[in-house]
Amino acid sequence: MKTFRPKVPGFLIGIKIVIVNMLKTLSPFHSKPNVNYPFEKEKLAPRARGVIALDQEACTSCMLCARQCPDWCIYIEGHKELQPPSKPGGRQRSRAVLDRFDIDYALCMYCGICVEVCPFDALFWSPEYEYSEFNMGDMLHDKERLDDWLQTVPDPEGLES
Amino acid sequence: MTEVLIKVGLLAGAALTGAITFTIMDVKGASWMQRRPGPLHVGLRGFIFPVAEILKFIQKEDIIPTEVDRPVFKWAPAYVMVSCVALFAVVPLSPTLVVADLELGVFFALAISSLGTIGVLTAGWSSANKYSLMGGLRAAGQLIAYELPLILAVVGVVIQAETMSLVGIVEKQIEWGVPFVVGGQIVGFLIFMVAATAEMMRVPFDMPIGESELTMGFMTEYSGIRFLIFYISEYMNMFILCAIASTLFLGGYHVPLLPTEWVNFYGPIVLLTKTAILGFILVAIRWSQPRFREDQLQNLAWKILIPASLVNILVTAIMKVGF
Amino acid sequence: MVNALDPQNIKNFSEASVSVEIETEDMTLNIGPQHPSTHGVLRLVAKVDGEKVHDVKPVLGYMHRGYEKLAEVRTYPQITTLVNRIDWVAGFSNEIPFIAGAERLMEIEVPDRAKYIRLILTEMARISSHFVFNGAYALEVGALTPIFYAMEDRERVLDLIESVTGGRFHPNFNRIGGVKPAAGAGPTTKKNIQDLPAGFYRDTKIAMQKVIEAADQFQNLIGGNEVFKKRTKDVGVLTPEIAEAFGVSGPILRASGVKSDLRTQTDYLPYDQFEYEIPVGENGDCYDRWDVRVKEMVESAKIVLQAIDSMPSGPLQAKVPKVIKVPKGRTYVRAENPKGEMGYYIISDGGLGPYRLKVRTASFSNISILPNLLEGALLPDLIAIMGSLDFVLGDVDR
Repeated sequence: MKTFRPKVPGFLIGIKIVIVNMLKTLSPFHSKPNVNYPFEKEKLAPRARGVIALDQEACTSCMLCARQCPDWCIYIEGHKELQPPSKPGGRQRSRAVLDRFDIDYALCMYCGICVEVCPFDALFWSPEYEYSEFNMGDMLHDKERLDDWLQTVPDPEGLES
Repeated sequence: MTEVLIKVGLLAGAALTGAITFTIMDVKGASWMQRRPGPLHVGLRGFIFPVAEILKFIQKEDIIPTEVDRPVFKWAPAYVMVSCVALFAVVPLSPTLVVADLELGVFFALAISSLGTIGVLTAGWSSANKYSLMGGLRAAGQLIAYELPLILAVVGVVIQAETMSLVGIVEKQIEWGVPFVVGGQIVGFLIFMVAATAEMMRVPFDMPIGESELTMGFMTEYSGIRFLIFYISEYMNMFILCAIASTLFLGGYHVPLLPTEWVNFYGPIVLLTKTAILGFILVAIRWSQPRFREDQLQNLAWKILIPASLVNILVTAIMKVGF
Repeated sequence: MVNALDPQNIKNFSEASVSVEIETEDMTLNIGPQHPSTHGVLRLVAKVDGEKVHDVKPVLGYMHRGYEKLAEVRTYPQITTLVNRIDWVAGFSNEIPFIAGAERLMEIEVPDRAKYIRLILTEMARISSHFVFNGAYALEVGALTPIFYAMEDRERVLDLIESVTGGRFHPNFNRIGGVKPAAGAGPTTKKNIQDLPAGFYRDTKIAMQKVIEAADQFQNLIGGNEVFKKRTKDVGVLTPEIAEAFGVSGPILRASGVKSDLRTQTDYLPYDQFEYEIPVGENGDCYDRWDVRVKEMVESAKIVLQAIDSMPSGPLQAKVPKVIKVPKGRTYVRAENPKGEMGYYIISDGGLGPYRLKVRTASFSNISILPNLLEGALLPDLIAIMGSLDFVLGDVDR
């Protein structure tokens, strides 16, 4: 394996690279790699895992997501309600009603297992990431807040041919 | 009496302004070299951030660890600062704009700048911290080793100029027509710049600070205003050594083809421009080179720079006596 | 005992000398858990005499998270999520041998497209890990700008990984039988196929070109620099015999002259379809360890470019039952991680999760040579040697 032997002394080449980069940063013709964060936001990929959104009507409290979560950070409570029968004289149907669906984002590992195993299209990923709080207890997002995230869920994008 | 006070006030003001300018050049230059904008939100596009830093350090709590040697710990930053600020008194901005045009200007400058060594060593020793101690010991070895090439490089200039006063050296360069760096002292110039970088403890010679090993070396236990004094005096040192280098080697406040009656006006501007150019070269070297190991540093001083500077003196003396 | 009255001894007395040694004690320096240069919470208790280091004892365990115990009570998809975090710099390459072990026990054939996607993401994780090494090593030696250049180029690669999998460092993209097929299991989300997104090929080609240019810039900026060469050449020389005796693997072994790369022996990823070189060092000093990793980055970029050009089509996951139970058996799968050899020993008893999982990580064996290498080194050399071993504490302590 050949060692790298430049003709000009190495430290002069280093100085040249540093000065060239400085001129690139100062010239308006080169694109900057920086994002001036609070004033400009970076555009994330649509699949980026920022926050989980819940579609309340689709959820049947089957508990699959709560069981498969590696951290056990989803808390679900539900009860069954009796509905009138579909035809007169038939059996009364029961419907599951969701009481409480909390995701504790202080524990969540953002792995996505819950989104993947849900058989009823109730959980979705969204690339939103700006929900930090001063109080750890506020990181528990309840049903209504998870429903609000649903508007930020992007449409699935096209695939490579 | 008031004249002396005014001069002292101007001195302090000039020192602080010089340090602030060089802080801006160092930090903003570093940011641009690293492809990022640097401090942006403080002032006008971020360029008044040193003022914000100074205010921030002033309002901090003065923390002194319990086991330090208190008087030594408290006075160490003062030695370093005095050794930097006193140099501002001899550098001439023009033949008449100088705080004190001493006959022994160069001698005074080199003697006072060696005082900084005591400050660094006592800072490292008195902090009750093994890492600071190692930083202080490294600093002692480095600063003492690099005093010699610094002095010997300047001796070449003194031989060629026949005077030790800084105004006299610039007048000699005007008489010769070319600054000393072209007129035979190029080796002396390079030795002076390398030794000056080591005296300032900047990368590639910043083993005493050694950020990734010793987290600020001898300055680790200092906080608040004491740390500010170390930090500012490092930039003051950089400014004044670049100014001295441009006076001794690059021609000081003089540029050919400009009328000498207006020298009180364009002299400061010329000197500051030359200082800024040298400062920029030092900044580019700082942000691109790794740092030397302690024994390689000492090798460079004792085995390469001192013999080279002795040969430089010999050649200069022969040229002076013979021609 | 020399007899002073013996006439034969008189001529020897002129050579006698008296040496007075000042009794000094070595200073015990704790290069503590919090330090700018240990890559994490590694503690070294070193006896230092002036600047020479004598006796270094590493103290580990500040970051032990109990992976093997956690794996006893979790299922395979859950463990895949956890295992990403062992070597957090190159997240994807930690999942692969674990999933490959489970697939070997179940005897499933993974479709080709899934294998190629896995290979592309593994090589991207390798590039990302080597960028971190390049930047951080230059920072420890004293050069303060290359880390910024490294992080900028690494952002492009991380953005690519994010556009495919959704996560930059912890992709969690492997499933038993292939890669993640769809976004969910419901009627509409099942149709949201998690294949390579539109624009991936174009962005990857740009990113890999920039990686090759960045490696060139590193060679110019640091590799040819005389100060860097003085700091790293002939420092921390590791002979091949000691390296093999201590179980060192990965780029450190290759820098010592042993041409051993586990990528030629992995059958669960199609490395034999591509042409790539295996860079080998000569002396085994810090400079060679740095050089080998820069060259490996370029080779990985070339592999990714070849893989994109020849990507087969097909399903993303093989047919697996809904509830996956791995049959009884035990297997050991090894892989070439960016840091060295990583292996998983899975003992399964037919349940939803393994009965016992043992993780063999690269960095744990790699830092076992530290007491040997650091004998008699100067303190700055200690930093240079530790940096060149490129370990991560999550990998050491699991």
